[in-house]
Amino acid sequence: MITGLSKLGLALFTICAFFTCLQIGFSQDEVTEREYVYAEDNQQCLKCHGHKTYYFYNEGVGHEVKERMNPYFVIDSAEFYQSNHWNFSCTDCHSMDYRNFPHAGELRMEVKAVCMDCHGGDDTYAKYHFEGVDEEFIKSVHSTKHSEDFTCWMCHNPHSYKINARNNTNVKQTIIYDNNICLSCHADINKYQLISDKINPNVLVKHEWLPNQALHFANVRCIECHAERNDSILVSHNIQTKDKAVKQCVECHSQNSLLMASLYRFQVKESRNKLGFFNASVLSESYIIGANRNYYLNVISIVIFGLVFAGVLFHGILRILKK
Amino acid sequence: MAEKIYFYPVWVRIWHWINALMFLFLIGTGLSMQYSSVDYPLVRFDLAVTIHNFAGIAVTVCYFIFVIGNLFTANGKFYRLKIGEIADQLKKQFYYYTFGIFKHEPAPFPLSENRKFNPLQKVSYIFAMYAFVPLMIISGFGLLFPEVIVSKVFGIGGIHLTDLIHIISGFILSVFMIIHIYFCTIGKTALSNFKSMFTGWH
Ligand code: HEC
Ligand code: HEC
Ligand code: HEC
Ligand code: HEC
Ligand code: HEC
Ligand code: HEC
Ligand code: HEC
Ligand code: HEM
Repeated sequence: MITGLSKLGLALFTICAFFTCLQIGFSQDEVTEREYVYAEDNQQCLKCHGHKTYYFYNEGVGHEVKERMNPYFVIDSAEFYQSNHWNFSCTDCHSMDYRNFPHAGELRMEVKAVCMDCHGGDDTYAKYHFEGVDEEFIKSVHSTKHSEDFTCWMCHNPHSYKINARNNTNVKQTIIYDNNICLSCHADINKYQLISDKINPNVLVKHEWLPNQALHFANVRCIECHAERNDSILVSHNIQTKDKAVKQCVECHSQNSLLMASLYRFQVKESRNKLGFFNASVLSESYIIGANRNYYLNVISIVIFGLVFAGVLFHGILRILKK
Repeated sequence: MAEKIYFYPVWVRIWHWINALMFLFLIGTGLSMQYSSVDYPLVRFDLAVTIHNFAGIAVTVCYFIFVIGNLFTANGKFYRLKIGEIADQLKKQFYYYTFGIFKHEPAPFPLSENRKFNPLQKVSYIFAMYAFVPLMIISGFGLLFPEVIVSKVFGIGGIHLTDLIHIISGFILSVFMIIHIYFCTIGKTALSNFKSMFTGWH
């Protein structure tokens, strides 16, 4: 009795330990300690742009006044310091003259650098294939229909863009992050109309043909269906017109699910995991009908069906023979 | 068995044939989804999902007819088990099906007003109707409304677990159905039981 109990205890302990290890194994790598060289410098700007309100000395009235900051000009400093360009001074991208307030009128005409100005032809970032991304983007609907006005910055917020798909082990977070990029326009008429005079088509209505829409949007990215696949780039950038979007359910709901080449591409290492599930890299996040069949269950079910048919056939024939 | 017994009241027949038809739809579309492929679609995926949802709801409604019918009519008594005796009875019936039947021995549990099912039938019907069908229905509704499912159980996705339960109980019920149909051919003639299930008279 006692040994039985202690064995049970041991088994439970082992299981718990196993799952704890799994958890630890999957938790994100610690970010190496960062040194924010420009923090003090940037505070010059963030003391106004980091808040909803700001103060300045009004010489006309002769004392300090408090005013509201244009909400589009507010920058979340926490997001900024986690972004790819965390180690930048505001004035690396913006004119030094912004240090003065009120900002000079001609600063409005400032030409802002685009990604390719800094990243083009730089081998340090070869793995990101900036040139390939740029080429794809130029082919996309956004660029072809709106040329110059639609820059990379429209999707990559200069003050918060942070790579996800490449290094975030939490696929759900990546999905939310990437979808929010698209929804920042496609669910917000104000930003949409920066680019187009059209009425923003309601994405929820336009995707009513997709059952369990909320579940789908939480488990796949817009680009899975809307971007042309490109095997040499991690995140496809060629957003195509709506008639080229994926509408066939089986493109995801099948064993050779397209998600393996896109969303789960960075995770896909083996086609079948130890427990026998196809496309197992998906399983810790989702379960996709048709894409996550279990190999052993498949085999067992075919064997059992076979045996049942054989048994029934045998019994039936015997019955006829012995009549 | 010279005289006829009225075995299957109308509600049993209605329940049974809707249930059987819907099951065929469910199995067909279910298999098609599970083994979906771009090149050989058995049933188009979205169509399969729609049919499967519809048939699943029909089976659920039907299931309530079955449960309520058996709660409030005399038909329920055929589903009651006497635990003490059943093991022995099952052995006898099993012997009959494996040997006796071929030696033309008389059936150990002839059907009568008070006994509609032989012990093997009874046990398999009870397991199918009161264990696996409910499991199937509950897990099916879980998948229909995934927001009600707990998201993680021991690090395994809740939907994944629900889906496994659904697939496994579906598989067991499919096997049940094959055996069930086969055993229904063991009657006065191969077709007489099927006729009974339409006319009600055994
Ligand atoms: C005293 C508060 C204050 C400080 C400090 C400040 N700004 Fe501003 N900034 C504003 C206000 C108010 C506006 C909007 C009105 C305007 O354009 O003058 C603005 C506008 C801007 C704009 C948008 C211009 C446009 O029209 O597109 C940029 C870019 C900008 N600031 C950058 C900076 C940078 C970089 C710094 C730090 C070097 C900085 N600001 C410091 C208050 C401030
Ligand atoms: C990597 C380059 C980069 C850095 C670093 C940067 N910005 Fe910007 N900033 C831009 C670009 C590009 C735009 C124009 C965005 C657009 O056109 O959509 C911009 C726009 C702005 C605007 C106007 C808001 C708007 O949407 O038009 C403000 C205000 C601003 N930046 C302030 C700051 C402050 C304050 C910092 C430092 C904390 C900072 N920026 C750091 C590139 C940068
Ligand atoms: C003003 C020059 C400049 C511009 C404009 C610029 N970047 Fe960068 N970017 C850099 C530098 C420098 C780094 C390296 C930062 C570091 O390692 O601390 C960097 C880092 C990155 C990284 C992370 C690289 C890594 O391995 O950590 C990505 C991704 C990136 N940039 C993408 C973009 C995109 C997309 C755009 C346009 C939307 C863009 N950058 C615009 C200069 C720029
Ligand atoms: C329509 C929106 C959109 C536009 C426009 C866009 N991107 Fe992206 N980009 C994305 C999304 C979404 C991601 C995925 C972000 C993530 O999860 O890391 C991404 C990721 C990237 C990455 C990181 C890919 C990797 O390998 O990790 C780079 C580099 C990049 N974009 C460069 C660019 C450049 C350069 C441009 C302009 C030529 C551009 N992007 C324009 C949406 C866009
Ligand atoms: C800066 C705002 C903005 C962002 C961000 C954005 N879009 Fe768009 N998108 C537009 C506008 C404006 C149009 C309308 C183009 C036109 O004039 O027909 C459009 C068009 C489209 C179309 C083409 C519809 C058609 O008529 O064929 C698709 C598909 C699309 N977007 C998907 C996406 C996806 C996916 C993302 C995220 C990766 C995204 N968009 C991000 C503004 C945006
Ligand atoms: C499962 C695939 C799929 C996903 C995921 C998906 N879409 Fe679509 N989307 C489509 C298809 C297919 C159409 C074309 C529908 C039609 O023509 O009836 C479409 C149409 C559109 C349109 C054009 C609407 C119009 O009529 O002008 C936009 C914009 C769009 N999607 C944006 C998005 C955004 C943003 C997301 C992410 C939140 C997204 N889509 C996710 C498949 C998808
Ligand atoms: C871009 C890939 C993609 C496409 C295209 C797609 N799905 Fe899905 N679908 C998914 C993923 C991923 C999930 C899994 C969500 C989860 O449970 O984690 C899912 C889940 C579902 C579910 C819910 C299953 C459950 O477990 O509750 C249904 C039903 C479904 N899809 C039907 C469809 C139908 C019908 C179509 C075609 C009209 C379709 N899907 C097209 C990716 C896709
Ligand atoms: C096409 C498929 C089917 C056929 C041809 C069929 C045939 C029959 C026949 C002939 C009978 C009467 C014999 C008897 O009482 O044992 C019967 C009864 C029964 N069948 Fe089926 N069946 C099918 C599918 C199913 C399914 C899918 C289920 C349950 C999931 C099921 C459950 C039952 C039950 C519980 C009874 C006894 C009903 C009662 O009298 O209370 N059948 N079936």
